[in-house]
Amino acid sequence: MAAAIMQGVRATKDLSSANYKRSCFATPRSLPERKRSSFVIHCDGNLTSGLNNSSSRSVRLSANAVSTKQENVAASTASKPGHELLLFEALREGLEEEMDRDPRVCVMGEDVGHYGGSYKVTKGLAAKYGDLRVLDTPIAENSFTGMAIGAAMTGLRPIIEGMNMGFLLLAFNQISNNCGMLHYTSGGQFKIPVVIRGPGGVGRQLGAEHSQRLESYFQSIPGIQMVACSTPYNAKGLMKAAIRSENPVILFEHVLLYNLKERIPDEEYVLNLEEAEMVRPGEHVTILTYSRMRYHVMQAAKTLVNRGYDPEVIDIRSLKPFDLYTIGNSVKKTHRVLIVEECMRTGGIGASLTASINENFHDYLDAPIVCLSSQDVPTPYAGTLEEWTVVQPAQIVAAVEQLCQ
Amino acid sequence: MAQLTHRSANLLKPISAAVFATRGLTTASTTPITVETSLPFTGHKIDPPSRSVETTPQELLSFYRDMALMRRMEIAADSLYKAKLIRGFCHLYDGQEAVAVGMEAAITKKDCIITAYRDHCIYLGRGGTLLETFSELMGRKDGCSKGKGGSMHFYKKDSGFYGGHGIVGAQIPLGCGLAFAQKYNKEEHVTFAMYGDGAANQGQLFEALNMAALWDLPAILVCENNHYGMGTAEWRAAKSPAYYKRGDYVPGLKVDGMDAFAVKQACKFAKEHALKNGPIILEMDTYRYHGHSMSDPGSTYRTRDEITGVRQERDPIERIRKLILAHDLATEKELKDTEKEVRKEVDEAIAKAKESPLADPSELFTNVYVKGFGVESFGADRKEVRAVLP
Repeated sequence: MAAAIMQGVRATKDLSSANYKRSCFATPRSLPERKRSSFVIHCDGNLTSGLNNSSSRSVRLSANAVSTKQENVAASTASKPGHELLLFEALREGLEEEMDRDPRVCVMGEDVGHYGGSYKVTKGLAAKYGDLRVLDTPIAENSFTGMAIGAAMTGLRPIIEGMNMGFLLLAFNQISNNCGMLHYTSGGQFKIPVVIRGPGGVGRQLGAEHSQRLESYFQSIPGIQMVACSTPYNAKGLMKAAIRSENPVILFEHVLLYNLKERIPDEEYVLNLEEAEMVRPGEHVTILTYSRMRYHVMQAAKTLVNRGYDPEVIDIRSLKPFDLYTIGNSVKKTHRVLIVEECMRTGGIGASLTASINENFHDYLDAPIVCLSSQDVPTPYAGTLEEWTVVQPAQIVAAVEQLCQ
Repeated sequence: MAQLTHRSANLLKPISAAVFATRGLTTASTTPITVETSLPFTGHKIDPPSRSVETTPQELLSFYRDMALMRRMEIAADSLYKAKLIRGFCHLYDGQEAVAVGMEAAITKKDCIITAYRDHCIYLGRGGTLLETFSELMGRKDGCSKGKGGSMHFYKKDSGFYGGHGIVGAQIPLGCGLAFAQKYNKEEHVTFAMYGDGAANQGQLFEALNMAALWDLPAILVCENNHYGMGTAEWRAAKSPAYYKRGDYVPGLKVDGMDAFAVKQACKFAKEHALKNGPIILEMDTYRYHGHSMSDPGSTYRTRDEITGVRQERDPIERIRKLILAHDLATEKELKDTEKEVRKEVDEAIAKAKESPLADPSELFTNVYVKGFGVESFGADRKEVRAVLP
């Protein structure tokens, strides 16, 4: 433990210097080499994992990240330097590439066509592919979700957009019974290769009904897969993977992450739907998170590193099923787990993950799992109250300090 | 226009009208005036009411003032939103004021109104104050929902205003439920369940309508057709944009929603009908000048010419102003003074609302359950903040 703290201190010093990336301590910049060597094995030899250079540390967090990141990407990919874009543009790029590739892929949702999508994810697509392939539906979530599932039963590959995930509550029956269960109840005859996507999560004072975290409601539905994107890189990769998947996939985007900017590779890449992303390798504690909370965790990680801790941050990405391989390896290394999520305390993803880890890795834990979640209250409109409902970086720091005592 | 005939009929009035004018607007009389609605009503499976509406100078002037107040409030909300004092979603009602004002004139506070998220003006019409409105919009304690609801969640139980709902269409079954309770309790009151042309395509509307018709509930479904469901025009979302006919077996009435008197007449008529015969649909043909919400410019799916055109031809406040001037109930200057007064009132309310304190952190846990449940709520890390839900 003492050795780890010493190393942590050294990492602190290196943070400010230009040879940051050469420090053997876990910086995202040194990630690609490390990642390739440690991850190519478990990702069934899939080449894509090697390309997952996880330049995922948000540009917002540290100023010197931008310059070193670009150099490193160039060095590691040894090809074109890639192009910079915002998260919603990355989603659109992935969508467009898949629509070009497969004529059965179509989009349905409210205001997706002529309006271009309320978060601009489908902007320009209706002009390119026509009104039937990018379908503006009336405000009838239950029915158009059902319609998309019916179309999928015959072989089409629709992408259903919920303007806000909360609206899909109206389509819960379709998602649960038809989307999730039809493959089973028909004895395998019907496949439902739909993608259900949309923004969810707590935004900036959007009110209770528009700040819901549907992943906790959907997680019990058998037959569906759930993924959450958090960076432009994984947004595009997961979108493509979800569209190509033969199973129904729910892709959770976050209202506040659409304008994140990142440089992504020019060449085509598809990510693995069931894989978690190693954001920051470490030794002291495993922090599991996803979507927007990833950024709160990384912000807390800065403080933690300054205080001598070495957190390992994993963006679980796959909410159903959990990537217990990556998570397990991490738990076996650090023996302490902190889960940071945006779901409510009761019945959230964190609750399931806690149970899962306890069940499978109990012997490896030195301390009980700590789960930080949102309060079990409807999200209030008032800004200060809303801040109190979600986990803030200070709470994450406090939790790690307590866990590592 | 119909007003010309009344001008000639009121030739006897000029002197007394001038006297009123000099005495000021506060002493406007209650002598009846008859105005004609701009368009005749169109009925579906029902005989439409007459175009002639009884009103009084007092009512005319109060319509003007109320609508001017609503208009000013919405414009002020626009500025506050741009100044980031109001955040999240903010759906403005300017252009549609005649529906709120006309409806209130026809009913009592014991009748219920329920609507969707474009609720600021309906709240005001139901007796809400400007201070409560602006405080709620800015997330302060003095707001109608203590700052916890926001723009889409205004409620006023004591005057029968049931909200304020964010999910499109979800308020319609609620509205039928209010009507059910009214019938259950044998009250001689009705419920106005309001929704938009976008929500008219929701399945739950037809489910609720079927039940209301089956059991003769005193429910009046009011479709505020402003011709755009978020960013999609009505002809692109509905096979049949004749929303008053969509009830099929339920009678319907198409009303010019920019004419406060047409709205008043229709609501009065609907109330009488609903108390005797069960549900009826009112389609208010109206228009919103702003986009769907403050994050929508409102110009990507419609032309600016269309918006200015409606503003010139059909603006509800302009119509009342012309009526007032035609009947010599007030001078131009007096109307301008009213507008100035209204503006001042709004500015004062905003200033007061800005002083209102932000909600206390302990409010996070209040009103989750009704008092006495004793449920514990833990803070994010199970140790930091801990409260027993009151």
